[in-house]
Amino acid sequence: MSLYASGSQTVGPYLHIGLTWLNTARIASPAMKGERVVIQGRLLDGDGVGVSDGLVEIWQANAAGKYAHPEDRRQIPLEKGFRGFGRIPTDAKGRFRFSTVKPGRVPGLGGKLQAPHLSVTVFMRGLLKQLSTRIYFPGDPANAQDPVLKRVPAPRRATLIARRRAKGVLEWNIVLQGRDETAFFDF
Amino acid sequence: MTKLHAYRRFHPGTQPEYDFPPYASTAKRHPTQPLVIVPQTLSEITGPVFGDHDLEPTDNDLTRQHKGEPLGERIIVSGRVLDENSRPVPHTLVEVWQANAAGRYPHKNDRHDAPIDPNFSGAGRTLTDAAGRYRFITIRPGEYPWRNHYNAWRPAHIHFSLFGQAFLTRLVTQMYFPGDPLLPYDPMYMSIPDERARVRLVSQFDWENTVPEHALAYRYDIVLRGREATPMDDSPGE
Repeated sequence: MSLYASGSQTVGPYLHIGLTWLNTARIASPAMKGERVVIQGRLLDGDGVGVSDGLVEIWQANAAGKYAHPEDRRQIPLEKGFRGFGRIPTDAKGRFRFSTVKPGRVPGLGGKLQAPHLSVTVFMRGLLKQLSTRIYFPGDPANAQDPVLKRVPAPRRATLIARRRAKGVLEWNIVLQGRDETAFFDF
Repeated sequence: MTKLHAYRRFHPGTQPEYDFPPYASTAKRHPTQPLVIVPQTLSEITGPVFGDHDLEPTDNDLTRQHKGEPLGERIIVSGRVLDENSRPVPHTLVEVWQANAAGRYPHKNDRHDAPIDPNFSGAGRTLTDAAGRYRFITIRPGEYPWRNHYNAWRPAHIHFSLFGQAFLTRLVTQMYFPGDPLLPYDPMYMSIPDERARVRLVSQFDWENTVPEHALAYRYDIVLRGREATPMDDSPGE
């Protein structure tokens, strides 16, 4: 028998009540290997106003490119306690900030390696189903050949690549509408 | 990695559109450019794993999280988390949040003139068992007004958040109650285009799971995206 997936509904304005317990702004502890990076940005609505009741969720591999999931069967070391999940609410000005390690490369189509990236899911009041996108790292030579990034129309690719703000600090904004609208995925 | 079993795409009409004018807040918060269709890779078909160590013993009983009993009608909400192939989704995290019996959330943005219940926070979580079953004890949430349009009221509902076994099976939805007269007036409920899909967000009265002299029960099954029967073409798409 086959069923259809349940319909999505908004998280609404009171999402924090149910979801805050799992807030994770530090995805990798200091003991974990890899290049440390802080990623900060804003979630902006169609008027360019910060969304104060949004939630950003992150999924990533560790620095060696291993996901903490049983379907990643490759023989790559995984640190104990590395889940690879982040949940970061936006603040009153729509800002979010988290720290992690830059993930290693993971396979894509045909076993070809993808460029290092973080998977992102966005929730907020006024959004009836989640938005999905990715964060890529500036200056990474693998970006040019990344199979997912290549599907994004060239003028919009920059919306998925974070910008360097300071040593170890990247900026990446989520723009819901307008000229710099973030490229969101359907998969 | 060799063969990946991709997840099915959503059946038409089962999911809301991002731009849905009856729900006013979608106006400035929906993407205006088309979504980019991308392949499913290891990054999408994996996702965070949670375990018992993430939970506290009273996390699935919202009536026992404070010194006293919350006001309102005690209910049991249970069901199964399945995928589109009717297979149970075991050991997956289910998070819930809801208003109290008076229709009020203990949240700084909730200014509805109804009492806060000091014995009710309205948040719970649990893991499904090996058969995909979950169970919460809570109180029946109240309806409440909101400012979407003149005389707008939300039907009684419980927010559900689920992960499933992949980052792409993530689902946030709402459970409604059978026979609620507010449902046809609710833009959120009505945002699901297909009526059959909409009705599946309404729980069913569950006689079997009622506890005599204690609590009525409602059953709410949730379906997450399931996999295609055949592996996806693994040849390079470029």
